[in-house]
Amino acid sequence: MTAVSDRRQLAYVAAQAADARVNIELEAEGMTLNIGPQHPATHGTLRIVARLDGEQVVEAEPIMGYMHRGYEKLTEVRTYPQVTTLVNRIDWLGSFCNEVPFILAAEQLMEIEAPPRAQHIRTILFELGRMAHLTLFLGDLGVQLGAVTPVFYAFRDREHVLNQIESATGGRFHPNFDRIGGVKDDLPAGWIAETKQSLTKVTDFCDLIEDLLFGNEIFAARTRGVGVIPADVGLSYGLSGANIRASGVDWDLRRDAPCGMAWDKVDWQVWTHPDGDAYARSWVRLQEVRESAKIVEQLLDTIPAGPIMAKVPRIIKVPEGEAYVPTENPLGEMGYYVVSKGGLEPFRVKIRSASFNNMSIAPWLLKGTYVPDVITILASLYFILGDIDR
Amino acid sequence: MPLVPGVVKGLGITFKEVVKTVVNGAETVQYPHEKEEPTPRARGVIALHEENCTSCMLCSRECPDWCIYIEGHKTLAPPRRAGGKPRSVNKLDRFDIDYSLCMYCGICVEVCPFEALFWTPEYEYSEPKIADLLHDKTRLGQWMETVPDFEGYEAGADVKAKKVPR
Amino acid sequence: MLFASILDAWWLQTIAKSGAVLAVVLLPAGLTVYLYLFKMVSFMQSRLGPMEAGPYGSLQLLAELGKSLQKEDIFPARADRNVFAMAPYVVLTSTFLLAVVVPFGPNALFTDLDTGVFLALAVSSISVIGILMAGWASASKYSLLGGLRAAGQLIAYELPMVLAVVGVVIQAGTLNLQQIVYAQINGEIFGWGALGLPFILTQFVGFLIFMIAVQAELTQVPFDMPIAESELVSGYMTEYSGMRFLMFFIGEFATAAIFAFLASVLFLGGWSIPPFITELVGLEVDSAWFNVIGPLVMVTKMLALTFVIYWVRFTYPRFREDQLQKFAWKVLIPIALVNITITGILKVAF
Repeated sequence: MTAVSDRRQLAYVAAQAADARVNIELEAEGMTLNIGPQHPATHGTLRIVARLDGEQVVEAEPIMGYMHRGYEKLTEVRTYPQVTTLVNRIDWLGSFCNEVPFILAAEQLMEIEAPPRAQHIRTILFELGRMAHLTLFLGDLGVQLGAVTPVFYAFRDREHVLNQIESATGGRFHPNFDRIGGVKDDLPAGWIAETKQSLTKVTDFCDLIEDLLFGNEIFAARTRGVGVIPADVGLSYGLSGANIRASGVDWDLRRDAPCGMAWDKVDWQVWTHPDGDAYARSWVRLQEVRESAKIVEQLLDTIPAGPIMAKVPRIIKVPEGEAYVPTENPLGEMGYYVVSKGGLEPFRVKIRSASFNNMSIAPWLLKGTYVPDVITILASLYFILGDIDR
Repeated sequence: MPLVPGVVKGLGITFKEVVKTVVNGAETVQYPHEKEEPTPRARGVIALHEENCTSCMLCSRECPDWCIYIEGHKTLAPPRRAGGKPRSVNKLDRFDIDYSLCMYCGICVEVCPFEALFWTPEYEYSEPKIADLLHDKTRLGQWMETVPDFEGYEAGADVKAKKVPR
Repeated sequence: MLFASILDAWWLQTIAKSGAVLAVVLLPAGLTVYLYLFKMVSFMQSRLGPMEAGPYGSLQLLAELGKSLQKEDIFPARADRNVFAMAPYVVLTSTFLLAVVVPFGPNALFTDLDTGVFLALAVSSISVIGILMAGWASASKYSLLGGLRAAGQLIAYELPMVLAVVGVVIQAGTLNLQQIVYAQINGEIFGWGALGLPFILTQFVGFLIFMIAVQAELTQVPFDMPIAESELVSGYMTEYSGMRFLMFFIGEFATAAIFAFLASVLFLGGWSIPPFITELVGLEVDSAWFNVIGPLVMVTKMLALTFVIYWVRFTYPRFREDQLQKFAWKVLIPIALVNITITGILKVAF
């Protein structure tokens, strides 16, 4: 008897407390809505605490760290090849692109340069990773806005790129192919011809998305004028990649700082857009996929013959020093600041990831927008949680 | 305004895809009735060629997850030529790879100086119990049958394809 | 009525009609779910859809039914239990009531009301209450947002639907659905009576507005702000699981089928086939054979209309709430009013 009445008492007290909470909220200005950490629209476990006034956001704050895996601490107790394996998983969609700045920083410390064939192969795989990444972005854009079909075309057509990455490296998503001094292995026979065929599939997909999504009037109504980032605001918040190029800033590290890779050996252009809204960011990424296909095509035609690995000792000990190498990853500027004290393992690695800095503009950008526009803006800013949280 | 509004063009595209799927079949593979062949270099499972292994422990040390367990002991083998000294060789007692930890990074295969570890594209070895994902010496030796031959390289490559010991 | 001669007792008739209503609501829902939600969308996405349950996945809906029946009936802790439990039933009520007025043949109908159109349009608003109940009683902010958006949207799009139908009513001169079908059979296009006069030819604008308003009443993309899968997970349906969720789900597809039946009665000539074919075969326009052929004809027309509804649903992104409302109030309603005026003028002139 006593147990039942205790439970009833507890239920009564809990109900009173719940009522009190609701009353406080009704009296306070607006409603606090938690977008995430489990939500279909945040690419992973991002949490945005938004205070709403009806459907308008009064203030929004992103809370990151639900996926923190302690990368920078892990790198203190792993050797360089082991770190290369681990950093594949930071930005898991374009994973080869994560290895490259780290390896370039280590090569800078060791003062060796990879042979030209290795540089070519690195650049080809880098651009293939960019294509795989951004095709998923184009499909994902449709889903966030409500169109469920483009994402299936995206997955279907990027399979060809992933198959090519798998033929060369052995892993679709985590290639683990870059080594200090070059790449791990050479390309298998027939790879160049197959990759050229997969490039046509990707460019066909770009045309399809342009007709299906970008030409759709509803899409234009949802994205034009939404989430406008002026160039100076974007630069002051540290945006990089397509986000800043869509605001009219002509900034691309592939052209301005191409150390150790083969971008300066091909003819390509940087795409910018003056508007700075969600449509501009999506459009810039669409053009970047097409440009990547052109780059890969030219690189495939001009691979020099030669070795794929420079002369490096069996056990790699990187001499003392510090080096920072940023590269133009699909998400933006990614850089590794490697501090070495001459051992088998790096002493400290600071990872400057693109999405972490891209998200810093979220509170400024989301103020005053509607809830559906929050989703559009997050979709167009394009971040990967592994990249934010590391 | 374009001649055909974008909304109508979008409908045309999806309808064309329906017709394409009806005529040509779907792009998806109906697993388990049909299976796709992974590429020869695909990292499916690691196979062990026991005769080449000398228990040098390099793979076990370099593994980022420490998922390889090696135990061995030294024995005396008969001398190579008559009248010589008996040689001491390492004999493997235990070589386990724990695939519930393995990251499929390939560092162990790469650092092995005696070419005792090989990649195979086999991927259908999931188990209902996690403990069964610890593959012991015998099972790793059985995977050797599925190791594909190394294929040739593209033109301009400096390296030559290696041979898989059978 | 069809069964008057066989079953004289009123309670036998009621049981037979109740069974028939269940069949009219659930069978088209099952058919459209299989054809369009499982197969058409899959083919659009270069995949095959469910293939394991039954030949070509035809029994997948039964499998889903079985799965939902054995699930736990979850109530959120702070939910208003009675309102939460009743909301799916309220939404289904409007579907069943809507099915009652649709004629399937000269004698194959449930009731022959003189104000059938009025009843249909009035009853379709009951689902708004159900959705609001679901959104409020779920005690979740996402459901609340979904419910509020639904209230605004569904009420806004009632008006274009009603105004589009008014054009048909003016042209037919009656609110009785069976008489509207006869008006289309007996009508003539400039004196040529071989095809009858399906009102889609003269009321094309009204047909378009009706289909757009139906898409919005069903909260289908591009008007699915209340559900908005990528923002609100499932909107007002988020907290529902198991059998209650399935009731919302079946209700949504059944309502789409019933609206398609209604549209085919109002605009495509209902259960009739073009008169020159009936003369070719040597039948009377209202012969008893049409009680068998009529339902089949209706199902075909319903499949054609739902094909368009789901084709649009799976292709387009969604409107934002304010763009939705602007579209309804500033575009659809003025066009519908102009349509009514022109129809009225032409009806009096000719």
